[in-house]
Amino acid sequence: MKRALFAAAALLMAGCINGGAWAADKLKVGFIYLGPVGDLGWTYQHELARQALVKELGDKIETTFLENVPEGPDAERAIEQLVRAGNKLIFTTSFGYMDPTLKVAKKYPNVHFEHCSGYKRDKNMSTYSARWYQGRYIQGQIAAKMSKAGVLGYIGSFPIPEVVSGINATMLGAQTVNPNIKVKIIWVNSWFDPGKEADAAKALLDQGADMIMQHTDSPAAMQVAGERGKLAFGQDSEMIKFGPKAQLTSILDTWAPYYIERVKAELAGTWKSEDTWGGLDTKMFEMAPYTNMPDDVKKMAEDTQAAITAGKSHPFKCPVVAQDGKEVECKGGDHLQDGQILGMNFYVKGIDDKIPGK
Amino acid sequence: MRLVLEKRAERSTIIALISPLIAIGLTIVTLCILFAILGKNPISALAVYFIDPLTDGYSLQEIAVKATPLVMIAIGLSLCYLANAWNIGAEGQFLIGAVAGSWLAVKTQGTDAGHWVLPAMLALGAIAGALYALIPAICKVRFGASEILTSLMLVYVADLLLDYLVRGPWRDPQGFNFPTTAEFDPVATVPTLIEGGRLHLGSIVALLVVAAGAVLLGRTIKGFEIRVVGAAPRAARFGGFNANQLVLLTFAISGALAGLAGIIEVAGPVGHLQPGISPGYGFTAIIVAFLGRLNPIGILIAGLFLALTFIGGEQAQIAMKIPLDVTKVFQGILLFYVLACDSLILYRFRLISTSPKVQSGAR
Repeated sequence: MKRALFAAAALLMAGCINGGAWAADKLKVGFIYLGPVGDLGWTYQHELARQALVKELGDKIETTFLENVPEGPDAERAIEQLVRAGNKLIFTTSFGYMDPTLKVAKKYPNVHFEHCSGYKRDKNMSTYSARWYQGRYIQGQIAAKMSKAGVLGYIGSFPIPEVVSGINATMLGAQTVNPNIKVKIIWVNSWFDPGKEADAAKALLDQGADMIMQHTDSPAAMQVAGERGKLAFGQDSEMIKFGPKAQLTSILDTWAPYYIERVKAELAGTWKSEDTWGGLDTKMFEMAPYTNMPDDVKKMAEDTQAAITAGKSHPFKCPVVAQDGKEVECKGGDHLQDGQILGMNFYVKGIDDKIPGK
Repeated sequence: MRLVLEKRAERSTIIALISPLIAIGLTIVTLCILFAILGKNPISALAVYFIDPLTDGYSLQEIAVKATPLVMIAIGLSLCYLANAWNIGAEGQFLIGAVAGSWLAVKTQGTDAGHWVLPAMLALGAIAGALYALIPAICKVRFGASEILTSLMLVYVADLLLDYLVRGPWRDPQGFNFPTTAEFDPVATVPTLIEGGRLHLGSIVALLVVAAGAVLLGRTIKGFEIRVVGAAPRAARFGGFNANQLVLLTFAISGALAGLAGIIEVAGPVGHLQPGISPGYGFTAIIVAFLGRLNPIGILIAGLFLALTFIGGEQAQIAMKIPLDVTKVFQGILLFYVLACDSLILYRFRLISTSPKVQSGAR
């Protein structure tokens, strides 16, 4: 009863306003975010890219985002809500939106979808991601140079291939500097949980690591490292504010060029379903300035970055030796094939741990 | 002159009727102020929240989908609360139900198992939920352990069990290590009711549960016992009602309903087992139960209303760029006013000129 009464009252009020007048001919672009726009990590970088997109093409498009959308049953509804609100190009910015995005894409063949970091595609559903393993290889080299204990602390989110390949790339980089480098890994089973991330960082430091690397999205671990006078690498975004004396560098997700390119294609009517996996060369991500390290380490990092960018060096250069001592089949000529990296489910030699659930 | 809160001689029936309306009125006023501060037109914001979702079939379906688990769980909880048994762990029973039912779905995956799979899954979910709820109930009856604490703690146990299963034994071999089972086979999936929509058979089940709850409470001796045990324990004892037996019964029923809701959610809208299948349904259902006055029809309305705020909240984000946090604030404000206004049923304001003894403890 109360709802009916309430609805009646609200209906009266609604009568006073005219329906929302949309600018009819602007392309509507929607975004689904995993975290809050203020997470200062993953979602924040997507939000920055959206803002850059608006700045660039604001007169031709209108953007909308839904934040804090959980990777569960609510995701499908959230995506469909964007479709129903008239969005013609929709970016779903987390791995866990893969199946919901696919479901909605099949239902609305005339709407285009862009899913970040997944592997399922369709006629109207593209995927895009970045070769962050390249950055992690550089970080591994820096870490091995800077670590006095020779023990790296690594905070993992989920043991999916992207994260596993990041750990491997880190170790392969580190081993070029110090073949006996060790890594300790803690899984927090979340992309964004500042409390758990901070606890993991403390535990890693207590266990003898003197360097924190993370594949989670908040700056909490950076703060812990700073407080303890240790060094750390940021993730997703510039985290130097949270550890002015701690941050060595950070992998910066720079989605803006890709978003602008895809929206331009949509505007021109040339959008096609694609699989984009960009790296340092296409600026799909960037490295934050190398700080808190001596000049020779900085030089080494810059050289490695230049070599990878130019395609002269590859983090997964063959031979890659797996944990069990066996050489991994080299399907990509002189380095592992993209498919092997995208589906990576083994640790390289030198990692004294096992992938959870394996 | 001072304003005091004074206990009424008896319950005020008028206030009991209009208190939810006062609460909603106050919520709307507060919301309007909030919207105005945010620089949004309060009237159009309210329209987006509460009217737009009611005007198209898609949103109505989504409201029903969202309300289904809330209503089912809340009906069970209301029985517990009426009997003075405090089951706070419906979230855990929801998860265990989902896990138990999914076990069958995972085991029969890819086999030629027939249409018996889904009914068996639902039965497993309900039984597992009931058994899981009986743990705190037995601890309370047998050892006098606080069921509030034990049922709450078991939520985390269930959560971690689910986590373990989808990361380990039940993980989709093709899923690139992501913690999820493979998509359930069609025979293990709750059918949808309308082509292209997400409204599923579970919503019908929820309506049946509401009806059953109303009959149980209004028309049967057991229902009468439940209410007497809660409202007047001494009278119930004199009447020969077994309070302990009722604790076990109401816990089992509410566990079964939560478990059933869990497996329906997994086999319906989600389609596979994964962590995060519940955005806190078991806890939100507690709000629904109280918002609905522990009355089955009231719970149905409250569940739909709360679902409306979720859907409206999303549309407000899209149409008016109102942050999601406002939706959460709104839900909090609503509950606050409902509880505050309820205190007026048993208490009243009075202006007094002198200051005699202070009445306190308005709860």
